Amino acid sequence: MLCYARLADRLGTPNNRSGKLPDNLIEVRDLDFSRGDRTIFKNLNLTIAQGDVTAIMGPSGTGKTTLLQLITRQLNPDRGQVVVDGVDIATLNHKELYKLRQRFGVLFQNGALLTDMSVFENVAFPIREHTKLPDSLIRHVVLTKLHAVGLRGAAYLMPAQLSGGMARRVALARAIAMDPDVLIYDEPFVGLDPISMGVIVKLLGQINDALDITSIVVSHDVHDVAAVADFSYVIADGNVAAAGTPAELKQTDSELVKQFMHGLPDGPVGFHYDAPDYEEQLLGKSVK
Amino acid sequence: MFRDIYITFEQFLHNFGAMCLFIVRMVLSTPSVFVKRFGLVAYQVYNAGALSLVVIMISGLFVGGVLGLLAYSSLEQFNAEDTTGIFAGLGLVKGIGPVITALLFAGRAGTALTSEIGLMKATDQLSAMEMMAVDPLRYVAVPRFLGGVISMPLLTAIFTAIGLLGAHLVAVEQLGVDVGSYWQQMQNVLDMEDIQEGITKSVVFGIVASSVAVWEGYNSTPTAEGVGRATTRTVVVTSIAVLFFNYMITAMYL
Repeated sequence: MLCYARLADRLGTPNNRSGKLPDNLIEVRDLDFSRGDRTIFKNLNLTIAQGDVTAIMGPSGTGKTTLLQLITRQLNPDRGQVVVDGVDIATLNHKELYKLRQRFGVLFQNGALLTDMSVFENVAFPIREHTKLPDSLIRHVVLTKLHAVGLRGAAYLMPAQLSGGMARRVALARAIAMDPDVLIYDEPFVGLDPISMGVIVKLLGQINDALDITSIVVSHDVHDVAAVADFSYVIADGNVAAAGTPAELKQTDSELVKQFMHGLPDGPVGFHYDAPDYEEQLLGKSVK
Repeated sequence: MFRDIYITFEQFLHNFGAMCLFIVRMVLSTPSVFVKRFGLVAYQVYNAGALSLVVIMISGLFVGGVLGLLAYSSLEQFNAEDTTGIFAGLGLVKGIGPVITALLFAGRAGTALTSEIGLMKATDQLSAMEMMAVDPLRYVAVPRFLGGVISMPLLTAIFTAIGLLGAHLVAVEQLGVDVGSYWQQMQNVLDMEDIQEGITKSVVFGIVASSVAVWEGYNSTPTAEGVGRATTRTVVVTSIAVLFFNYMITAMYL
């Protein structure tokens, strides 16, 4: 509750109708999105509950990252709405959108650290841009955030000197630098060794609890996500194939979800990409 | 075939329109960026301008030398070698100085700007800024654009001055043209309008070269190949645009 009041104060937006916390901080309603001829989402509906860690899972290429881009309006849907805290984000002008984005922290898949700045300056960057805090206080905040991810000692290294796991942790420190209300993780576990992965999983849970924020984790790493997620969506074929707690998803009857959750090679998601008949193609009978 | 031509033309118009809108947005953001992010602009003047000085100065010396040599050998046939200074002065101030500076700028600073912004895009740094509610147009594009626009006239002035010195070295020191004639003739013929033409060209070329470089980087396909293509396009488009505007401005001043 405190967290939400803090957000409302910061945004200068009405504290939502009755002054109560909205159950669903983010709602995706009847959303369609295509890239060229390819339909990514068709009539997609989902909600992200306030204070929860919500996982968005699904096979590769189903549009998980695209969904994050739609939620943060880096992309605009062809149809439908993305509602954040009761506001359809398509109606926001540039200034309002940027004000909303100050409430988001995003951990990009590759970290996306600014390569011409040190680790310290990367974490200080959003604070310098959006506040007028004195340097001494910024230093205090940055070192606190870096300490939280265990990289206070790396404050003056450049991004090129960091390992993949360290870069991801610095990016996490930067994402929480402004104490966001929503923290978005885009494939946070990809390419990490087991130790780094364990660290990120632990940080993810700790940050969500300590800062009382809402987290969205996009991943296809079923087991690690299941360890931290309160609720999960499985996206496939442009829509929600299944939704529930990780335990519920494991019990589902859906063949597709079963295949995904248990990592089965055979199932509705085929091994082969759509292709003409193998024999015909080898014999040159197929035009492709 | 006609359909392909139509599609290509339509795509060209679309890109050209998008580039014009991008430039308008940059120009509209210029006053606030200049005031609020002066440090970034100053750094980009150093990046695009100061770091191009060596290539500009060396090129200016040799271009001036060649101009002195050619002017002398042509004028000598009419016993008019004393007017070598006029040739060098007019050529460098009005035409060659701004044009070659712009072409060198495109090759040195323009490509650097495009590849830097293209790589920032490819590594999600621009998206990260957007998500931190920092407008990359104001933080990345406009300071680089302004850095180029401010640098170009300064580089042109330096190129022209060194070029005149190069012509002096060849014509006066090597070929024996009277030093007084060389500078006096130049001073008699060159007037403020000629200098104004040179300045106009350098400012226009600065706007053209910087906006093309920044646009190509900003609009590049976020892959290694895409950034490479964008960098090549920067040089090609800038060169053609500079030569086109050179003709237009020259015709305008006649």
